Amino acid sequence: MSHDTQVLGSTAGKHKEERAVRQVPFRGGGFVHRPMGPIGAVVFLAIIALWEAGSRTGVISPIALPAPSEALGALWDLVVTGMLWKHVGASLYRLVIGWTLGSLLGIAVGLMIGLFSLARAGLLPLVSALFPIPKIALLPLFIIWFGIGEGSKVATILFGTFFPTVIATYGGVDNVDRNLIRMGQSFGLSWLSIVRKIIVPGAMPAILSGFRISASIAIVLLVAAEMIGAEFGIGAYILMAGALFATDQLIAGVALLSVLGLSISWLIGRAERALLSWRA
Amino acid sequence: MQLILDRISHRYGGTNVLEDIGFTIGDGEIVCIVGPSGCGKSTLLRIAGGLEKPDAGEVLLSGEPARDSLNPLTYIFQDFALLPWRSVEGNVSLVLEDHGVSAQERRETIADVLARTNLSGFLGALPRQLSGGMKQRVAIARALAVKPAIMLMDEPLSALDSQTRELLMDDLIGLWQRERFSALYVTHNLAEAVRLGRRVIILSRRPGRIREVVEIDMPLEERPDRVTELDRLQRHVWDIMREEAREADREIADVA
Repeated sequence: MSHDTQVLGSTAGKHKEERAVRQVPFRGGGFVHRPMGPIGAVVFLAIIALWEAGSRTGVISPIALPAPSEALGALWDLVVTGMLWKHVGASLYRLVIGWTLGSLLGIAVGLMIGLFSLARAGLLPLVSALFPIPKIALLPLFIIWFGIGEGSKVATILFGTFFPTVIATYGGVDNVDRNLIRMGQSFGLSWLSIVRKIIVPGAMPAILSGFRISASIAIVLLVAAEMIGAEFGIGAYILMAGALFATDQLIAGVALLSVLGLSISWLIGRAERALLSWRA
Repeated sequence: MQLILDRISHRYGGTNVLEDIGFTIGDGEIVCIVGPSGCGKSTLLRIAGGLEKPDAGEVLLSGEPARDSLNPLTYIFQDFALLPWRSVEGNVSLVLEDHGVSAQERRETIADVLARTNLSGFLGALPRQLSGGMKQRVAIARALAVKPAIMLMDEPLSALDSQTRELLMDDLIGLWQRERFSALYVTHNLAEAVRLGRRVIILSRRPGRIREVVEIDMPLEERPDRVTELDRLQRHVWDIMREEAREADREIADVA
């Protein structure tokens, strides 16, 4: 063995003498993302700082865009007068009720379409026909049906979240590994057990990514619905600010919406980590 | 308990997949089915366990399974079919939960079958943390938990690398020597077939018919030492299959 390596080593040495040796050039770099630390926060703060500086020096006209400090002032006014919670509370109430009901109904109907041929044949064309309608277009109808108060606002959000949830759910059910279902059947599991222990957990990733989409749709619809006949709510606040050309308040309201959206997406991220920890 | 397949025929669309297949699996007997790809081996196995209905013929059981058998006909799948969101313990527990087994008894059964498959330390592990061989051991433990009378094995070692396959083959033989289960073992690996089978049934291709039955009257424990005889048997089986395997290889798929 040692003899062999010696021979090999000596021939390699001979080659070295005969020809120039060079390293194989490395060409496998790039196309891989590296963690960059708090770059995102830095970019965000830099833009705000630039904007503030622009407003102070007069480069940005106060009519076109208020300074961030003014928007912050408007937000502070909201806190001091206690209106912040009134607006945010009213919006959260509509959002939570509408989105929860829409999602629950959506999951129920989605499971039915996923599990029963009759429901699929009967309901799927209906869902496909109603899904693409912008629900804002139906708002006047909802006002007639459910009243100008909370009913029409909740209904708009409910309908808006219902359809994407149905589609995400039945798509998730369709994508559950057939072999797992067959395994359940081969061990004599009951129908209900197969649905509860195999199909629903298997469809959960699709349902949760459906939640992400339906939550952002819900926020869009919330603002639209609050622009008609609402006294309180972030949408009403923004509409009022716009009507008065109080652009500082308008920016403050939009910032609130952004925070709301970020919080919801953070919550869904937490839910994903808790429910889908089994994925790599 | 015996499993009797009586003149089974099956077609998909216009194609005859299986034609007039009949044989019996006796008590404690391992019957291997080999055949070129697309000969309907897996379909036949699904029919044998009642997961698919044959167009003609019937599958019969004779005799009663042991009183404590929860699921007399139990499958082991090529892709393991473990629930990725359940731990090793949960995957075994799954098949006991529907049979009215008390929680205490369930825990005992789980501990017992995991010990028998050398998995005791892996109770809380998730499938994605396990190697292919460990996953298949979990699937075997799950099958043992319902105390099957007949195991229906669909290429159980085909998804594993060759070293793991050897290890699991030894495990299977050890298990069989202790428990003497009956099995219908579908494979495309002829070495596995002659290592395990009391009988090797060779199917022809489309329609799948029984081409030949090779009886191997050699105790399992002696087989590792009588390699030359097994080799000869394996070559014999291959000679029968060669032409059809070549045709299968050259065909454009038209049947799912």
